[in-house]
Amino acid sequence: MGSSARSLELRDASVRFGGIAALSEVSLTARPGRVLGVIGPNGAGKTTLFNVACGFVRPDAGSIHWGGQELRGLRPHQLARLGIARTLQGLGLFDRLTVLENVLVGADPQARTGFLAGLLALPRAGRDEARLRSRALETLDQLGIAGQADRHPGALPYAVRKKVALARALVAEPELVMLDEPASGLSDHELSELGTLLRDLASRMSVMLVEHHMDLVMSVCDDITVLDFGRVIASGTPDEVRDDPAVLAAYLGEAVT
Amino acid sequence: MRRLAAVWHSTLGRHLLVTAAAVLVVVLVVESVDDFRAVQLTQMAYLGIAAGGLTVLTGLNGQISLGHGALMAVGAYTTALLVSDDPVLPLPVALLTATAVTSAVGVVIGAAAARLRGPYLAGATLALAVALPGVALHFGETLGGEQGLRLRVPETPGWVLDAAYFVTAHDLTRSKYVAYLAWFTLVVVYLLLANLARSRVGRRWRAVRDDEVAAELAGIHLGRARVSAFVVSAAAAGAGGAVMALAVRLTAPTGFTLTLSLTLLTAVVLGGLGSLTGALAGAALLTFLPSVITDAGTSAGLDDIRAAELAPLVYGVVMVAVVLLAPRGLVGTLHAGWRRLRNPAVTPDPTTSADAASPGATVATSKGDTR
Ligand SMILES: Nc1ncnc2c1ncn2[C@@H]1O[C@H](COP(=O)(O)OP(=O)(O)OP(=O)(O)O)[C@@H](O)[C@H]1O
Ligand SMILES: [Mg+2]
Repeated sequence: MGSSARSLELRDASVRFGGIAALSEVSLTARPGRVLGVIGPNGAGKTTLFNVACGFVRPDAGSIHWGGQELRGLRPHQLARLGIARTLQGLGLFDRLTVLENVLVGADPQARTGFLAGLLALPRAGRDEARLRSRALETLDQLGIAGQADRHPGALPYAVRKKVALARALVAEPELVMLDEPASGLSDHELSELGTLLRDLASRMSVMLVEHHMDLVMSVCDDITVLDFGRVIASGTPDEVRDDPAVLAAYLGEAVT
Repeated sequence: MRRLAAVWHSTLGRHLLVTAAAVLVVVLVVESVDDFRAVQLTQMAYLGIAAGGLTVLTGLNGQISLGHGALMAVGAYTTALLVSDDPVLPLPVALLTATAVTSAVGVVIGAAAARLRGPYLAGATLALAVALPGVALHFGETLGGEQGLRLRVPETPGWVLDAAYFVTAHDLTRSKYVAYLAWFTLVVVYLLLANLARSRVGRRWRAVRDDEVAAELAGIHLGRARVSAFVVSAAAAGAGGAVMALAVRLTAPTGFTLTLSLTLLTAVVLGGLGSLTGALAGAALLTFLPSVITDAGTSAGLDDIRAAELAPLVYGVVMVAVVLLAPRGLVGTLHAGWRRLRNPAVTPDPTTSADAASPGATVATSKGDTR
């Protein structure tokens, strides 16, 4: 994480979809070396928040800042080069690519050779590819799924597919990783594994996660922002948020596990 | 032995070995056939070149094109314009120019196509295929109108004749010269396409095909990926058209109707989407099947006209059968069968073959942003 590590900041971001205010003046900061959790009931605007931060949804008002610089007219394909990675709520794996190839796509922004080298299969394209390949295998190995490198995602259990998606995001060594519901569908054992991994990631980068699983959120997050109907109703440390009356009210009727 | 293994493990080494073998096969085959077959082989080559481009576009990038016949026309007309007047340009120069011009047209069409999906893309490229012959009529002065343009294919260069005589010990006929030209072009085009498909460029195309949102998050500019696939594909179609012009020696609107575009698509689907071997197999089928069927028809007692009508019917039946029984195409199915033979423990997964995808998935689906 070095001293040059950057923070992602959202300032007063608002998004309307027709009649509904999906986000209203939401501000938050994801800091280096910290895990920021974004929680809230279904439809609270969590995914929309990620989409704003990634340039998929343009905010009607407000701004996004990365390392103090405003990101104007941000487009999703620019994120990877800014050092920001994200996983999707629906995984979004490339089904007809192998696991290794999926991760190689994540590593692609780091390639040094281009179209012509590929067209002519120049030796330097081969060396470049070998470099990315060993890096991708290393990332798969860190997540314990290097043995599945040549399989296709469709043939793998859900938990392994989630790891593939994570590997694809992490292989580029981002400064910030945004995870949309990384715990959904995981067993208790896999959950504790994920918790350890998230803490480990925080030592290298900023982590931002949307999650419904309260135990995980409370145990791994340094900061938590609670959304309800597109508004920030609370933010602070897990202890501060846990007992906040507004949060309890928002979750009333929902099982707080 | 270790050296050879090392060569085999680099993309370039492997592809060059295959290329050398292919050149050898081309020489052996062309030398062993008569002139009539050589003409047919030439036809197979130019269909194969264009189909190779189409299979990359549709199989690897998920874009469908019903307009590749029109792109062939661009290559063919460019070639015809370049080699109709004295002094005639050297053929390789004409070929490269035709490819470059078609690529440039591909940039424009690809940029429009990149914004369209599925049926809309099919419709737009269909319109292109239908409209393009009209351009030739409209600019009748330069493009020869209905009659088209005649080509003056230059004499076979002396050194080629000498070299051919040296290797094969008999004279090279004009048809065989064109057959060599066509097949060597095919080998070069396929080598380059295979290189690209294996490289990160091809991987990005496939990523965009499988999931747009995830591809964007991995830093891929969707528009650029789509346009580049279209341009590469157009370049191959242009090269195919150029060879076609040289082989037919006449470039006229009737040669580039919608039927040609559909023929290419048929070749690609029959062979198996995304597979160059499949595209070549499809081109072979479309070249040789009609005469085989027609011969079978006449020997079964049909008159000539009836026998000629048999071929499209058999096409249709074969096409439906392939889509129903072997959706990965001929090559894809053989490939899967071979792997099952070698490794019976692995159950076949319908989505596993990277180079032979199912035609059902050709139409890229647009996914919502919010996931
Ligand atoms: N593209 C869109 N068009 C219209 N409305 C949308 C769009 N995306 C989200 N919304 C609406 O905005 C609100 C916030 O949705 P969002 O997906 O951000 O919620 P979420 O907090 O991620 O919910 P979940 O926990 O179910 O994933 C919802 O009411 C949703 O219906
Ligand atoms: Mg969500």
